[in-house]
Amino acid sequence: MPLVLPLLLAVVLFCIGVYGVLARRNVITMLMSFELMLNAVNLNLVAFDAWRVDEATGQTLAIFVITLAAAEIGLGLAIVLLLFRGHGHVDADAARDLEEAS
Amino acid sequence: MTTALFSVASVVAVVASVVVVVSRRIVHAALWLVLALGAVAGCFGALQAEFVALVQILVYVGAIVVLVLFALMLTKAPTNPLPELTTRRSPFAAVVAAVLALILGTGVVLAFGNEKVKPVTDGSATTIGTQIFKNWVLPFEVLSVLLLAALIGAIALSQRSDSAQRSDSAQRKKED
Repeated sequence: MPLVLPLLLAVVLFCIGVYGVLARRNVITMLMSFELMLNAVNLNLVAFDAWRVDEATGQTLAIFVITLAAAEIGLGLAIVLLLFRGHGHVDADAARDLEEAS
Repeated sequence: MTTALFSVASVVAVVASVVVVVSRRIVHAALWLVLALGAVAGCFGALQAEFVALVQILVYVGAIVVLVLFALMLTKAPTNPLPELTTRRSPFAAVVAAVLALILGTGVVLAFGNEKVKPVTDGSATTIGTQIFKNWVLPFEVLSVLLLAALIGAIALSQRSDSAQRSDSAQRKKED
């Protein structure tokens, strides 16, 4: 298999994620786009691991990235729920102040 | 054979992730995310990284998408189509993404255009377990501390607002 194939797929997925982060308004959909970007990074790691026949270093790093993504989405959704409780919406454009609404 | 499998999985992944970022129904976007992440897991499988593929399905499809759906439920996300889900600056975002794809794609093709992946890499749980506990022990432990910190942080975030609300209402009662 040519190495360019997984790398180009990773590029496309990453750019779809960038578009989602920039164009979406709902914070939860932005977090979904972050997940797509992290997946692109994982794909790169696994592809390069298959290319340099090594002792699965890239796959180990991919597992670490998956764990980090789980931690990130957990904290991110907690913050989103806090935003919803304070302001009553999850709109990233409308959330202009950092203080909690009373 | 693996190339054909990989191509099919990558087409599915690209289509599903495009639907994730352009869909006007937010719950549908979350469900298409399942397909996108599953197709990426298929790509990992085609690259002989079966343990990563299984972890991807377990953690992403099993846990993260369920968390996202829970958050959608708790923030009372509407299930009908919402045209305002995408901002007015989405053409600008599309231009940025397209330019980035062009630059990155050109770089990747120029740098790795002639390289081949040999389909004999080993991605079994034994290999990765040995690797983690031989060379990556310290990052592994740091990662477990990070997970603990994220857990405590999430609990603290949700607790704090409860107690703050309670003290607010108590204060209000006192003022009344």
